Amino acid sequence: MSFLELADQYQAFDFPGYFSGVTEHDVTTSLNRAGDMNRLGPTDLLNLLSPAAREFLEPMAQKARDITLQYFGRTIGLYAPMYISDFCANHCTYCGFNAVTDFPRTKLTLAEIEQEAKAIAGLGIRHILVLTGEAPAKTPIDYLEEAVSILTRYFSSVALEMFPMTEADYCWLNAAGADSLTVYQEVYNQKLYNEVHPKGPKSDYAFRLLTPERGARAGLRALNIGPLFGLGEPMSEAFMAGLHARYLEKEFPNVEVSLSLPRMTRAEGGIAPKHLLSDTGFVQTMLAWRLFMPRLGITVSTRESAGFRDRLIHLGATRFSAGSKTDVGGYTVRNPGAIDAAGTNPDTTVQFEITDTRSVGEITQMIRDSGYQPVFKDWEIF
Amino acid sequence: MEDMLTLGQKTFSSRLLTGTGKFSSKSLIGPMLEASRSEMITVALRRVDPTAGNEDSILAHIPDSVTLLPNTSGARTANEAVRIARIAREAGCGEFIKIEVISDMQFLLPDNHETLKATEVLAKEGFTVLPYMMPDITVSRQLHDAGAAAVMPLGSPIGSNRGLEMRAMIRRIIDTSRLPVIVDAGIGKPSQAAEAMEMGADAVLVNTAIATAQDPVMAGEAFAMAVEAGRMAFLAELAGQHHAARASSPLTGFLRE
Repeated sequence: MSFLELADQYQAFDFPGYFSGVTEHDVTTSLNRAGDMNRLGPTDLLNLLSPAAREFLEPMAQKARDITLQYFGRTIGLYAPMYISDFCANHCTYCGFNAVTDFPRTKLTLAEIEQEAKAIAGLGIRHILVLTGEAPAKTPIDYLEEAVSILTRYFSSVALEMFPMTEADYCWLNAAGADSLTVYQEVYNQKLYNEVHPKGPKSDYAFRLLTPERGARAGLRALNIGPLFGLGEPMSEAFMAGLHARYLEKEFPNVEVSLSLPRMTRAEGGIAPKHLLSDTGFVQTMLAWRLFMPRLGITVSTRESAGFRDRLIHLGATRFSAGSKTDVGGYTVRNPGAIDAAGTNPDTTVQFEITDTRSVGEITQMIRDSGYQPVFKDWEIF
Repeated sequence: MEDMLTLGQKTFSSRLLTGTGKFSSKSLIGPMLEASRSEMITVALRRVDPTAGNEDSILAHIPDSVTLLPNTSGARTANEAVRIARIAREAGCGEFIKIEVISDMQFLLPDNHETLKATEVLAKEGFTVLPYMMPDITVSRQLHDAGAAAVMPLGSPIGSNRGLEMRAMIRRIIDTSRLPVIVDAGIGKPSQAAEAMEMGADAVLVNTAIATAQDPVMAGEAFAMAVEAGRMAFLAELAGQHHAARASSPLTGFLRE
């Protein structure tokens, strides 16, 4: 059974009805069951995401912290993103890079990719996440393959956040040295998914949903998934993402599974978010996921503010991006000197606003000050 | 005669192996090694960065007197473990290799089949091979035949701090193994380390419990004491101890009259 069939079972599920019926007793029962290698079920996850669980955030946090410490120790992994192309054929109504947004599109040459790689590696970063829009005509597989093989010369881990590909394409990129895959479903509610992806290749809900499975079958060793909070009702989306992660963990027991919580904060390219995820909702989601899946990786990007990220170290986060630029060529090619500056060049188009603009050095220091070890290298390309 | 542990060509007076993962700061590793008197420490090759500056390099925090035990964390097949081991040797990490081939990321459980295959290849290449394994006496014998220098059965899943949940199986391995037995993974408290040593394990490997303690240096010392106590208890052949099969004054000797 693919995750599509499992997701189908929940498309008509009455989430508001269930959430409103959860009692304090239900929450404490689920919370008490968590930890010590016990396995929480889907009902426990729902209970921990319910409004009733808001009264239990502190005990949830204490337990989540202990579990994270047990499985990950006092460490935080670090990575940086590299945008190599913002050409895109999609029509995501919420995205600053979508096909109808008028801005000068760019794609880095291989020489420019190498220039960016050198600069990022010079910051001490050893794990790179390479991103493109979805425009296979502009960024064909041989271009991506060459990009990946350049990056392997500078980094110990190369993760892909591009567009849903076939298993064969992932095999190519895996052979070129890519080891990890990030793909966000954006919104698990299929009706809403179809509304916000009206045209373009991304309008195929099922093909996108099954992308992590194709990546795992192609031999990629780590998968990072998640919803884009702001599109659907947050807690039902958090539940579906948790269920998806659990499915992948079970189907592919030798793959590392992570979840992320990207959230919209304003109208980034079109519509204003219908369902803002509050800081409290963000923390509740992270805690519920951690209790549901003790060994789950939890990645937090520079979308989140510095002060908020600092707190998340103690709440289950395992990996941070640092010193990020979210425009194509943002480190050196488009913005000479950007690496030393606090923010991005206002003339460029960024996919999302960075709110944690601290340098790699500053974030490293913050992690150390919090009593944690920053881990730059946690993979070896072999 | 001094009670030494021999692994491959090397002998050790400490029977506590430690690890480098999960510490809040790499600078704790040196003091922890000193306090625990550990003479062998495992390090994941995936975390070794030859390009890192002295401060950031794990290896810079390990004194020369302590033997490095690089491990193949991240390997999912024998082939991957072999490749990682070769990279470790090229990176100057020595001849020892701890084979970790994980088939279950959730509890980091080893794949004995692939582990055995990797052991065969690496032992032939001259590595001193210490395979992390599910406690299985058949595989334990096969690892011996494949050239392993010890076997490392897990006490319970890595990081679980549950102690010797595999007690009965580990006991059988201790009773039947021709190789040193190092209980690896799951030891969460000094008392559990002592228990493994009392049972006759030749050594234990402890990482999570030390690294995630509020005071890892003191925890290292506590484990050292427990390992020594457990070893002494084993050597002292306490009454009722499982292995104490030869009674000095036979109770039924008179029947042979």
